[in-house]
Amino acid sequence: MPELARAVWSRRLLLTLLLAPALLWLLLLIVLPHLDLALLSFRQRVAPRQFVPSLAQYRTFFTEPLYWHVFLRTALMSAGATALTLLVAFPIAWTIAKLARGRMSALLFVVCLIPFWVSETVRTLGWMILLRESGVLPQLLVHLGITAQPVELLYHDATILVGLVYTSLLFMVVPLVGSLESLDNALIEAAYDLGAKGGAILREIVIPHAAPGITAGCIVVFMLTLGNYLTPTLLGGKNSLWFTEQIYNQFITRFNWEQGAAFGFLLLALSTAMVWFGLKVSGQRFSDVMRRA
Amino acid sequence: MIPTLPRPGWLRVGTALYVGAFLIFLFLPLVTVAVFAFNNAPYPAPPWHGFTLDWFLGDEATGRVGLFHDSDLLASVGTSSVVACWVTALAVTVGTANAFLMERAQFPGKGVLSLLMLTPLVIPGVILGISILAFASRIADFLSDALGLEADFLRPGLPLVVLGQFSFIAAIATLTISARLKRFDRTLEEAALNLGASRAAVLWTITLPYLRPALIGSAAIAFLMSFENFNTTLMLVGSDAPLTIMMYGRMREGATPVLNAVSLFLMLASAAIALTLVRRGRRAGND
Repeated sequence: MPELARAVWSRRLLLTLLLAPALLWLLLLIVLPHLDLALLSFRQRVAPRQFVPSLAQYRTFFTEPLYWHVFLRTALMSAGATALTLLVAFPIAWTIAKLARGRMSALLFVVCLIPFWVSETVRTLGWMILLRESGVLPQLLVHLGITAQPVELLYHDATILVGLVYTSLLFMVVPLVGSLESLDNALIEAAYDLGAKGGAILREIVIPHAAPGITAGCIVVFMLTLGNYLTPTLLGGKNSLWFTEQIYNQFITRFNWEQGAAFGFLLLALSTAMVWFGLKVSGQRFSDVMRRA
Repeated sequence: MIPTLPRPGWLRVGTALYVGAFLIFLFLPLVTVAVFAFNNAPYPAPPWHGFTLDWFLGDEATGRVGLFHDSDLLASVGTSSVVACWVTALAVTVGTANAFLMERAQFPGKGVLSLLMLTPLVIPGVILGISILAFASRIADFLSDALGLEADFLRPGLPLVVLGQFSFIAAIATLTISARLKRFDRTLEEAALNLGASRAAVLWTITLPYLRPALIGSAAIAFLMSFENFNTTLMLVGSDAPLTIMMYGRMREGATPVLNAVSLFLMLASAAIALTLVRRGRRAGND
């Protein structure tokens, strides 16, 4: 039956044509580069262009206090920034989803999103102008008589946290609003009629219902914070000690690609572990979370 | 709590104050950037010295090189635009193919592939950058050693920047376009086929027009994400710096308000794109 054979053949051809871009993209730009990075991290240079397999790069990471200190610091500060972002974003998401009505709610939502369409570089420039010693806020503090001299507000850990929370808000507000909007008000009213106080309602009804949104937001924010480079290096200056900066230094400044690759893999491992942990804790599927975010 | 329940007055006032403070927090940095683009002083810092357009129009003659005479800055805007156009074209094309692949085709390993398509979104941009840098260099070294070919496009530079940004923006385009294709009513296609249309005609006159909002939306998002990308670009950039890299370099040195001037244009452009998308989205939602 040549008719059928031709139909099968043309279907095969179509499938191949559709598969080709996806496979080229994922193999050449994602899978193979990461395998190569893994190989790179597990070798050591013994002479020019001579390499042996070794764990030396990972040993350096654990024996050199600076490296693992920076790693731990980056992880902890990212966790802190994620928690802070959740605290700051939750009331806003609640206002958008439950308190504001109709046009007001939509307007507030759009207004909250607008700053995040602007480049992170521009937003960071704004914070630098506001916070540096000769900047707007220190001058204002002097003017109001709160401090005698302008104080340097840049280059502190708290500054980095403010910058990171600011950059991350969108990725928390959007999934939170989504999960809070689907919460039926009747449940809250019922709980109230049965005598529950605000705290109990939040704990027993709101948080369990919003858990998928909270997890999705936290996963995305943690991941983006961990991998951020611009905000910590500009707002933290020399004190930023952010792990992505170490990767950059090894790769670009020192041209020690083996060490840089090992650092990259450690960061990737931490990021992946947190994503996996978040999914396990909340019992969600990866694809659902990504779609929500 | 919710409006149908009694809310004490302090809670109402508190909520309003909080939302107000939040909005100030959101817009303060942006407003500051915009305001200091017009300050008549060599640094973007208070006090206010009066209004000037020097940071837009000034040239060597006035001693203040404004945006329109800052050839390095203008060149970097051009570089970013070229990169963004390539990334957009690639991402939307591949994203559309992927959407049809995932929504229409059946093949072994589809589940693994769909999971793999999401991974670029959970890999930090810096790591995407270094892995592509290392892999491209390995291929370039191999070509040079084994065949004596110099593959310059695999060395740090704009082609690698395009590939690096494409590697994760393609995932976003795929998600956006798949989401719309999933909601497509396939009986429309069947009707057209029954009426004698060829497959190509059905695709061209029915399916693609239906996908148009998603195609335009994902193109706009891809362009914006490429234009604003920093992490991946930083690792792959060669001698031609895109705008974000150029701004970063100058911000570390303490730049003149010309950066505020270019930022003001960036803000206006992103706001225009954002508002258009939101309005389109709302209209599509009402249909």
